[in-house]
Amino acid sequence: MDASTWVAKRPTPSALAQLFDNKAFLIAVCLFPAVGLLLVFLTYPLGLGIYLAFTDTEIGGNGHWIGLENFEYLLTDRIFINSVWNTMFYTFVATVGKFALGLWLALLLNHHIPFQSAIRAIILLPYIVPTVLSAIAFWWIYDPQFSIISYVVVDQLHLRDKYFDFLGEPWPARWSLIVANIWRGIPFVAITLLAGLQTISPSLYEAAMLDGASPWQQFRRITAPLLMPILAIVMTFSVLFTFTDFQLVYAITRGGPINSTHLMATLAFQRGIPGAQLGEGAAIAVAMIPFLIFATLFSYYALGNRKWQQGSDND
Amino acid sequence: MATVSVRAVRKAFGSTEVLHGVDVEVEDGEFVILVGPSGCGKSTLLRMIAGLENVTRGEIAIGGRVVNNVAPKERDIAMVFQNYALYPHMTVHDNMAFSLSLLNAPKEVIAAKVGRAAEILGLQPYLQRYPRQLSGGQRQRVAMGRAIVRDPQVFLFDEPLSNLDAKLRVAMRAEIKDLHQRLGTTTIYVTHDQIEAMTMADKIVVMNGGNVEQMGGPLDLYDRPDNLFVAGFIGSPAMNFLKGEIRGGAFHTGDVALPLPLQVPSGAQDGRRVIYGIRPEHLLLDAAGVAATVHVTEPTGSETQVIMNLGTTQVVGAFRERITQKPGQSLHIAPDPALVHLFDEKTGTRLS
Repeated sequence: MDASTWVAKRPTPSALAQLFDNKAFLIAVCLFPAVGLLLVFLTYPLGLGIYLAFTDTEIGGNGHWIGLENFEYLLTDRIFINSVWNTMFYTFVATVGKFALGLWLALLLNHHIPFQSAIRAIILLPYIVPTVLSAIAFWWIYDPQFSIISYVVVDQLHLRDKYFDFLGEPWPARWSLIVANIWRGIPFVAITLLAGLQTISPSLYEAAMLDGASPWQQFRRITAPLLMPILAIVMTFSVLFTFTDFQLVYAITRGGPINSTHLMATLAFQRGIPGAQLGEGAAIAVAMIPFLIFATLFSYYALGNRKWQQGSDND
Repeated sequence: MATVSVRAVRKAFGSTEVLHGVDVEVEDGEFVILVGPSGCGKSTLLRMIAGLENVTRGEIAIGGRVVNNVAPKERDIAMVFQNYALYPHMTVHDNMAFSLSLLNAPKEVIAAKVGRAAEILGLQPYLQRYPRQLSGGQRQRVAMGRAIVRDPQVFLFDEPLSNLDAKLRVAMRAEIKDLHQRLGTTTIYVTHDQIEAMTMADKIVVMNGGNVEQMGGPLDLYDRPDNLFVAGFIGSPAMNFLKGEIRGGAFHTGDVALPLPLQVPSGAQDGRRVIYGIRPEHLLLDAAGVAATVHVTEPTGSETQVIMNLGTTQVVGAFRERITQKPGQSLHIAPDPALVHLFDEKTGTRLS
């Protein structure tokens, strides 16, 4: 057969090809892994946790449905109430610190400075190190006997005659944990806000400069409003991560001294696993949910949703 | 309103010099267009006038005051950017009022000035919209409104029409020219489109490779281009160039002979190698002319452009007459001797 006698005819696809061309089949096949994973590793544990919160289950024993009894008890439990206040204080102060320093770093990095990419990589380091490792490092930094800060301030600079007791008193312990959390959280905030800053067209700043805006006015009238949508998302995530923080606190203080640094997450673990009161631990964990929903809604609606981002109707 | 003087200005980025000593004088109220191919330094020059780039050497004066070390906001200029640079989080009204609000202008002043700019540009129905909700042409107008509100000494435009579609570009061209006629503000406008330059400018500055090639009125550049670059850049379709030499009172290329210009330049003696320039619209149908072979015809209705082979050179002609010749057939043409240009073959400069 030569080119002049050849007639174009599409070959019939194989049965397998036809199956994969079937849209319903394809949707089912593509959704299955994701839905399966979510059901097994998210929905089931969450559902189980919520169920346990309404029972008196202990480790090694079957519990009974006791309704709201766990929650009623927790409302009278000073340690629990304290942990709620601690969590809110910890979240609020650490978030403010992370965003103040993270935004400052992002603004610096958004300018052309020497060794920019190297500095960017260094800033990411705290985020790359496993949390427990950095927690252990902080534990040493805060050690009453071997603290490097005490060594420098007392033995080298002779500014004090007594070693710092970072973790032995409630308030120093709380502030120490907050500092560790801020240190750990800055990279996430700085890098995401830097990404946000880089989406703002440089010509907007040039236009503002010609319009007569000073650097501060450029920040307040151009940068801040344009960064707000991304800031809202980053803030939401940051608040969620901080509110549910467990690793840092558990590795450094385990909630001590005298339960003064317990967050809701560490208290839930303490009561549920070492304390064997699974139902009560689950109730503490479930009690976090309303706070998280409120924080999410607040940052989403109060900061995120901007009129100028929506709609492109050209009527 | 003010004059703008650019004197022996050089610009270097690191060790790369992109402007090699540029002189431009802009009269008060004049509409000057900087035109040239990409990378010729025209936008850099505009940004230096605006104060967005430093001057490496030379000086720039606005209204007689040297502004080399004056901050952009103190120069009393307004600029329209290629991408408009509208503040996306502000309404049309707030975009235009931004510069005034930074000066804490009273509400009535802002309302009056924004209202006037909106009226000039027909933007009143859109004042409460956000830039996202506007079409390209409307955004362009808001960018101009932002400039008008400032009442500046000089308007600077950086390729303002290049993001618009062809039809809108023609409409906005007329609108900008009309605006300049009404406001009379000194305007410097950058474009790579020679048609924009021809249609809008009082004076065109043709730039190439960081140098000014020629400066003058649009028709001066069209009628008497100083060199091959300007001759080829100004005019559409572009001028035809034929290489050859002058012999016995005529121009010879291959075995084709063409008449010399009516006023023979003094340098055009016998035996000189020259480049013969003739615009497509100055080639005439003439039964007594030379024969060219038709290659492609492109009728546009008002005229027909014909790409044809004249000896070994391909030339373009634009004829008012309807062309009936098919590809491969021959067409007899003759250049209008009053409108022929001669350039030196080596230096590319005009013989005069």
